[in-house]
Amino acid sequence: MSETLYSIAVEVNGTKRVGQVSARTSLVDWLREHLNLTGTHIGCEHGICGACSIMLDGEPVRSCLMYAVQADGHSITTVEGLARPDGQLSILQDSFCETHGLQCGYCTPGMLIAAQALLDANPRPTEEQIRDAIGGNLCRCTGYQQIVDAIALAAERMAGGAA
Amino acid sequence: MSEAKSPYGYRYIGSHRRTKEDPRFVTGRGRYAADIALPGLKHVALVASPHASARILSIRTDAARAAPGVYYVLTGDEFCAATDSLPIGVDAPKVTRWALAREQVRYAGEWVAAVVADSRALAEDAAELIEVEYEPLPHVTDPEQAMADDSPLVHPAHGSNIILHRHFVWGPVEDELARAEHQLTFRATWNRNATVPIETFAVAAQWNPATEILDVWASIQMPKYPDQTAKALRLPGNAVRVHFDVDVGGSYGVKRGLKHTVLVGYLAKRLGMPVRLIEDRLENMRGGDMHGPDRTFDMTAAFDSDGTIRALKIRAVDNVGAYAGRAPFQLGKPVSAICGPYRIGAITYEPVSVLTNKTPQEAVRGFGQSPTNFALERTMDHVAQFLNMDRIALRQKNLIRKDEFPYTIPSGSTYDSGDYHAVLDKALAAIDYPALVRRRDAARKAGLLAGIGISTCLEPSGGNSAFEPLLNPKNETTTWMDSCLVRVDLSGAITGIMSTSSSGQGHETLVSTVVGEILERDPAQIRVIHADSLNALPSNSPVGSRMAIMLGGAAAGAARRIKDTLIAIAAHNLECAKEDLDYRDGNVSLKGVPEKALSWDQLVEIAHRKFHQMPPDIEPGLQAKFVWEVPTGGGLPTPDGRVQIYPCYAFEAHIVYVEIDPETATPSIKQYVCGHDCGVMINPDIVHGMTYGGIAHGIGAALYEHFTYDDDGQLTSGTFMDYLLPSALEVPSILIVDHCTPSPLTTFGQKGSGEAGYLGAPAAVANAVNDALAPLGVEINTLPMSHLAIWETLSKAIRDAKSYAPKS
Repeated sequence: MSETLYSIAVEVNGTKRVGQVSARTSLVDWLREHLNLTGTHIGCEHGICGACSIMLDGEPVRSCLMYAVQADGHSITTVEGLARPDGQLSILQDSFCETHGLQCGYCTPGMLIAAQALLDANPRPTEEQIRDAIGGNLCRCTGYQQIVDAIALAAERMAGGAA
Repeated sequence: MSEAKSPYGYRYIGSHRRTKEDPRFVTGRGRYAADIALPGLKHVALVASPHASARILSIRTDAARAAPGVYYVLTGDEFCAATDSLPIGVDAPKVTRWALAREQVRYAGEWVAAVVADSRALAEDAAELIEVEYEPLPHVTDPEQAMADDSPLVHPAHGSNIILHRHFVWGPVEDELARAEHQLTFRATWNRNATVPIETFAVAAQWNPATEILDVWASIQMPKYPDQTAKALRLPGNAVRVHFDVDVGGSYGVKRGLKHTVLVGYLAKRLGMPVRLIEDRLENMRGGDMHGPDRTFDMTAAFDSDGTIRALKIRAVDNVGAYAGRAPFQLGKPVSAICGPYRIGAITYEPVSVLTNKTPQEAVRGFGQSPTNFALERTMDHVAQFLNMDRIALRQKNLIRKDEFPYTIPSGSTYDSGDYHAVLDKALAAIDYPALVRRRDAARKAGLLAGIGISTCLEPSGGNSAFEPLLNPKNETTTWMDSCLVRVDLSGAITGIMSTSSSGQGHETLVSTVVGEILERDPAQIRVIHADSLNALPSNSPVGSRMAIMLGGAAAGAARRIKDTLIAIAAHNLECAKEDLDYRDGNVSLKGVPEKALSWDQLVEIAHRKFHQMPPDIEPGLQAKFVWEVPTGGGLPTPDGRVQIYPCYAFEAHIVYVEIDPETATPSIKQYVCGHDCGVMINPDIVHGMTYGGIAHGIGAALYEHFTYDDDGQLTSGTFMDYLLPSALEVPSILIVDHCTPSPLTTFGQKGSGEAGYLGAPAAVANAVNDALAPLGVEINTLPMSHLAIWETLSKAIRDAKSYAPKS
């Protein structure tokens, strides 16, 4: 039994990437195993924990609940694509470092994706809106407090035009 | 970046400083076990038992072996013959344990066969082709039933399901019981939960036949892991090299995949190929052997009308599951704080560890202390209720006073320092307690169920593992060292080398801060690396809230030796006594004569290149190691079980306000304050982060998380759809109020804090829910107080008393 492979072309972090994948290859496995983008993590593989969150055409999605073939023709941003073009940390990433909004770092890429999606849509979120936006991303280290602080700080800095 | 000043007068310790670790994680550049790419890597899938207890009659593997991409199928017959049983901590040598079952399975989810293939998907395809024929056997999941004479035996060779049963009596318990004006007895139950890290356990191994070394990369947090892996594989210890530079995606105690590692190590060596196993979530929940304590407490308190607690009797029965490693020792840690923060002079403690057909336990954050604190704090509330006394006043009456430290409790542990009343007062002030009471009462008037919960709890930290000899006299473990190597290279750059892996505790930040403090050099420029186990100094691992104390102490000790060497070199070259020299920022000068000086760069160059300028008794190069045993040392327990296990005791006072919707029984935490004293905080952001996280974990244990089993012995909460982890919507905004009572035993006055928050949160939340239920005359003494449990309790209360009148 050899599996049929399908050609896909996906824009990943601004670069067109092509691949040959079996129908059952999940998107997260393709990103991690084929493109070596190991920043996106696998936590539960049933869509609850949010560690595998990526942006698909600007919207946060679970890459464990999508097949790679379904991403054909779409645009993806992973945690590796969040930094500024010159490689410097984004305001959001820098804010996570400032408030220590992480510990083991495992949920962090998914948290950053959820937070980035929130700030893209709502640059001045309330604490309640922040908690709602990351409510689908589980973290076992932080109790969420310093993550909420980080996102609020990033929003404040963005509003202030901080570099 | 902002850097607030240290409140303790230190240069770096105690100030807000960014961690060394965060930048790699926010850019997706962490390097976890699942990220280790080895050329030609093969993948493992597992076949798990569908039965809680069964005899294995046959295993047919032909079809799996012939499946595409498959290299090997391993079953228990081969594996158990070729490797040794994993160690058991208590004295029960016939309770053997391998990664793959042989002849008998003892819990649903136990691994029976392993397939190695080109990909995990192909390995899973093949695993589905394996046919195992079972003969189901009677099973037992309830520990009381398991202790009955007619119970099926989980390990017939052991002859009983009890693997640990002790009865400690400390102080004149019966006298105090007779003398006390009142007694009360109740049962508190802590059901199974675990820390459930978002990363499951992962391990990759590669055998090099030329060097005869097995390289291991694993998401590990376990003492003696390299040694125990080698021993089970029948290899010398120096044939296993564990790479401690692997980032671990959360652990909080449970990442101890020894069985996984022996399995993967065996396959890698047997096949001559690199092999990897990453648990999927169901394997992790069901067969990852990482469940936590599952414990029933029978509590008796003897007390007087004025609130003085005279004696406690505690019987703790723990359901350890189908096998046991270190897990039963989780009944031992609480001995070190058996009366909590209270002056209670006489105590009996009867710990019982019982085998059943549930998933085996592993060490979970707090190592048994959090369940014990829950039982103690429910006791305090019961006594207050019995006496109609204010819960805070009762605690204040019994808390050990600041002037009583060092304070030795009946079980022989001496508490180092504390100011419990001050911390509680700070927490009460921070939450504005009178206003909180008004808020609760107003909510009750508006028809809500509303309650305030209080807990005052201890976190023993930095232990020497002497619960091992306490619970197993054949085991004389009292050494539990940690170490650090500090090196200054020819360029003058400093590197700290630690000898364990980290799972988010910020050890690189810890070491660099401490070394920077001692050497007066910028921690941001100090690199910290993790050795592998073959070039590591003797160390244990970040368990038992020990690293601030132990790794911090070791790093400071090594840095001090470097500093001493630099001063000795300067004294030799400036031809003066060491006492005549000033050390500042790494430069050394003659006191009062600043121009007579040698700079850091000059001293480093002498150490590395100018032997002719070196003092005669000092090694060239510039490095120093420090190996540290816990500050109170290690002593064996007395015959009546008195022992000092942990040197330092942190204190936390939690105040929680909960509202319960009477229509839906849904609890909601509205306010949360935690007063916390862990001495000097080396990095306050890290301490606060772990404390917030511990509180969230405690909220989970109190309200949501439960490994439930059905009558067939099947785990019914093996996914995140039914094992509920609190999200940012359940965990409220939390206010931590710091207090600092330095420990007299540690380098900078620090105490441990890795289990902070978790040690008091379940008790406080439980007490809040019960305060909310109190007007109905009902209570819950079982965790988790799930939505359903609250609903059923409410429904029953309303049925029983159709026209109840709230008491307050």
